Amino acid sequence: MTWTWLIGAVLFLILAPLAGGLIAGIDRKITARMQGRVGPPLLQPFYDVGKLFEKERVVVTTAQNFYVLAYLVFIALAGALFFAGGDLLLTVFAFTLAHVFLVLGAYAVHSPYSHIGAERELIQLMAYEPMVILVAVGLYMVTNSFYVAEIAAVVVPAILYLPGVFIGLAIVLTIKFRKSPFDISTSHHAHQEIVKGITTEFSGPTLGTIEIAHWYETVFLLGLVYLFFAWNPVIGVVAVALTYLAEIFVDNTTARVRWQAALKTGWFAALLGIVNLAILSYMTLGGA
Amino acid sequence: MSSMAFLKRSPWILHYDASSCNGCDIEVLACLTPLYDVERFGIINTGNPKHADILLITGGVNEQNRQVVKNLYEQMPEPRVVVAVGICAASGGIFRECYNIVGGVDRVIPVDVYVPGCAARPEQIIDGVVKALSILEEKRAKMKVMEQHSEEAGETA
Repeated sequence: MTWTWLIGAVLFLILAPLAGGLIAGIDRKITARMQGRVGPPLLQPFYDVGKLFEKERVVVTTAQNFYVLAYLVFIALAGALFFAGGDLLLTVFAFTLAHVFLVLGAYAVHSPYSHIGAERELIQLMAYEPMVILVAVGLYMVTNSFYVAEIAAVVVPAILYLPGVFIGLAIVLTIKFRKSPFDISTSHHAHQEIVKGITTEFSGPTLGTIEIAHWYETVFLLGLVYLFFAWNPVIGVVAVALTYLAEIFVDNTTARVRWQAALKTGWFAALLGIVNLAILSYMTLGGA
Repeated sequence: MSSMAFLKRSPWILHYDASSCNGCDIEVLACLTPLYDVERFGIINTGNPKHADILLITGGVNEQNRQVVKNLYEQMPEPRVVVAVGICAASGGIFRECYNIVGGVDRVIPVDVYVPGCAARPEQIIDGVVKALSILEEKRAKMKVMEQHSEEAGETA
């Protein structure tokens, strides 16, 4: 029994909020440049969260706080499991559970805006969930393991076997990063639309907690992208950076779609993944 | 950590049109355009009073939205400041004599900064917001002292 797995988990819990906040800062800067603006300072996301913790704690229902805390804990748990090299399926389920808590938090309040946001978050969950599970299945088919540590240690380039699965993941990442055209439950930019979706009734420190959970989430998802390129760390890091850049580009060049279109696109991505896996299984059976 | 003032670096604004002619509102929105780009200062135009630190309000309040203005103000978590943009928000302006105009935002809620003009220029609005930041910071410091007092009272009790 080695203790190296613990190092990954602890490093994630400490460094992920810093990395996630920094990524958010870079994101806002690049977004501003794409729009011909100067943009906020690089550390703006940290100022924002710091500010939120300075504000008065207004609580609509006390249950809210519990659900938001559960959201943070399960997101952190999912990420820690992932970076500890744990079971990918368990990670995905913990990740989903976290979002269910966020939805419950939004439903705990009697506000129509909050409820619309919660409903839309559920739709998003339905849209991306099949694809995220297919990622785990696809990586298993290539590496014969559900354990992140073993998947990351495999020398075959998973991306060459799973191009469809990767493109599918890239599509649902747009939903997960809360970016246009699929930022229907809440958005980084549309601060006025249906007020602010799922985060409407959260304010001050509670909203700050959600933001920190979102940073954890970003780092975890980028880790998932990295697994496709894990055979070469340099290519892996470059691919992660390019994927995120592409997400920012899509965010700035597309308009928001309706929830029907978001759902269809999410399931189309899953279809892409399934076709990829079908071809892969046909090829491996033929080869054997 | 909490002694550092993040509030000044990240003021989120709620913009409400309390029966303005739309002139000042266009100027408020102009502040967000690439020319002025107030996001440089961490300023975000939010649509939610629960996320806002500064209430930017234009126009003389009328009898119908008087309650709305009050409601918005009350939903904002402390510390909060109110900036009245344009002469109508300050005194009712040329609509002052109208049968339905209350006449100035300060008749309904406390106002911290008045930005004059018809319409107020974007530079003036940004100036007003910057002024509001120092008031916001003062209020935060006051809030912190109050919190400490209540904590001490709680300990001795």
